[in-house]
Amino acid sequence: MAKRIDVGGLTAYYGSHKAIEDISMTVEPRSVTAFIGPSGCGKSTFLRTLNRMHEVTPGGRVEGKVLLDDEDLYGSGVDPVTVRRTVGMVFQRPNPFPTMSIFDNVAAGLRLNGSYRKNQLADIVEKSLRGANLWNEVKDRLNKPGSGLSGGQQQRLCIARAIAVEPDVLLMDEPCSALDPISTLAIEDLIGELKERFTIVIVTHNMQQAARVSDRTAFFNLAAVGKPGRLVEIDETERIFSNPSVQATEDYISGRFG
Amino acid sequence: MASTTPLDLPPAPPAPRGRPGSTGRAGDKIFIGLSRGSGILLLVVMASIAVFLSYRAVLAISKDEGNFLTTLDWNPAGDPPVFGIAVLLFGTVVSSVIAMVIAVPVAIGIALFISHYAPRKLAAPLGYVIDLLAAVPSIVYGIWGALVLVPYLEGLNLWLDQFFGWTYVFEKTEVGIPRSLFTVGILLAIMILPIVTSVSREVFLQVPKMNEEAALALGATRWEVIRLSVLPFGRSGIISASMLGLGRALGETMAVATVLSPSFIISLHVLDPGGGTFAQNIAAGFGEADEFGRDALIASGLVLFVLTLLVNGAARLIIARRKEYSGANA
Repeated sequence: MAKRIDVGGLTAYYGSHKAIEDISMTVEPRSVTAFIGPSGCGKSTFLRTLNRMHEVTPGGRVEGKVLLDDEDLYGSGVDPVTVRRTVGMVFQRPNPFPTMSIFDNVAAGLRLNGSYRKNQLADIVEKSLRGANLWNEVKDRLNKPGSGLSGGQQQRLCIARAIAVEPDVLLMDEPCSALDPISTLAIEDLIGELKERFTIVIVTHNMQQAARVSDRTAFFNLAAVGKPGRLVEIDETERIFSNPSVQATEDYISGRFG
Repeated sequence: MASTTPLDLPPAPPAPRGRPGSTGRAGDKIFIGLSRGSGILLLVVMASIAVFLSYRAVLAISKDEGNFLTTLDWNPAGDPPVFGIAVLLFGTVVSSVIAMVIAVPVAIGIALFISHYAPRKLAAPLGYVIDLLAAVPSIVYGIWGALVLVPYLEGLNLWLDQFFGWTYVFEKTEVGIPRSLFTVGILLAIMILPIVTSVSREVFLQVPKMNEEAALALGATRWEVIRLSVLPFGRSGIISASMLGLGRALGETMAVATVLSPSFIISLHVLDPGGGTFAQNIAAGFGEADEFGRDALIASGLVLFVLTLLVNGAARLIIARRKEYSGANA
């Protein structure tokens, strides 16, 4: 089910402000691609163009192409709602539905889709929670509210919710930035398991994290202050962190700026 | 724990007296005095009102030859004096229920339209207009209701009678101008619409963006975002807004007095003229009542006060019961 992402000449705006310019890249299925770069370089904005969440922001619009296995997400007649059902997203801060139980949180996407049989629901919820390494911690309190869990558990609940609908792609926007090191480790292990089934794109501020979890790494930067963000280079993670082909990447990774 | 602490901590300073942050400066003392004084004053005023009302009410009720709760009459000036609140309680509750049933769904709809559907250019002016509606004095609503609404409602009443007369509630047994509890309910609905709308709108606008994005990212349509994120988060706010509206509906005086043709009957035929409410009865009778009559009216006012208190208490219970699932997300 994992699909390849092909981005071509993508430019995104907030109103008249150009946030990112002319980004092209390919993301292979069943791999983890990490986006790194200084704050405000547009990596989160770019991530949000991959499931058409960018246009939810007032004034947000996009030019260019995002192909998901040859199907253009921005093609005419493509419903953004359908796109988001096939491209899942996990956010910076855990955001389970506060009024819903743990079970209902995981089932929420399925219920929106309506693409399940009643007797399957419990199985899918269990499978998703197991997939998010959360099942053993919550199996006795599935009907308790999701907001009662710890931050790390909430984030794994959000991952379970996202994978329950079997998306083609899983986008993660700094999923560990609000978590402690142990929860972070749990999520990183999970990412390693999930890439067997999904195409994963993760934005991170933590370069060690990028090095640990990703197969390929993309470095974003601003051309200059006030200029839109752009993709500097994308390559095998090992290469980016050992021998990048652009000097700016090396400067950023070695901590000389950013 | 303390004995194994490796650090040699200095002994804790003696607990400061009074609230932390109070420095004993003159400004602090004046402010503390003022705020504490205002708090006490409020309690004293409330207590005096309660004592005064209860005293006068007891005076009246003790001389009531009818049953204060069940008598279908209001004649404190008679000999013997006979009066009861049954009709007023019934009329107040029925007209307010009608108002709530009509106003709350419409208000939630308007609030959602302003907060989540309307283009920004339209949303702001629309909000102002709604707020403006709240500023219209109730007597204006009353006059408008009597002169404009009542004639227009005749058609609606006939239609309701024709198609829903079998429900008994909408059966029309008297021909004539509909100065009925139903008309009062509709008028009250219009009057409480602005307050319910603007409070709900504020709550809907405060739904954290990340809650809405959670639903959006799952592929929710706009309505599904509202159902999954906005309404659950706004639930207690909607209840509070409705209670504010209900408070106004229960206590509304002039508009009801202008529209209703009062009579001391209890009838579930809400389209028929007649009935009465606490506030309307007080407004209609207070001017010409003697002292005993006023005491009787005060007694009825006390019942309205208790009714409002009960309604608010119930609302709080509903909100508290679901606290575990409240919109607050740590």
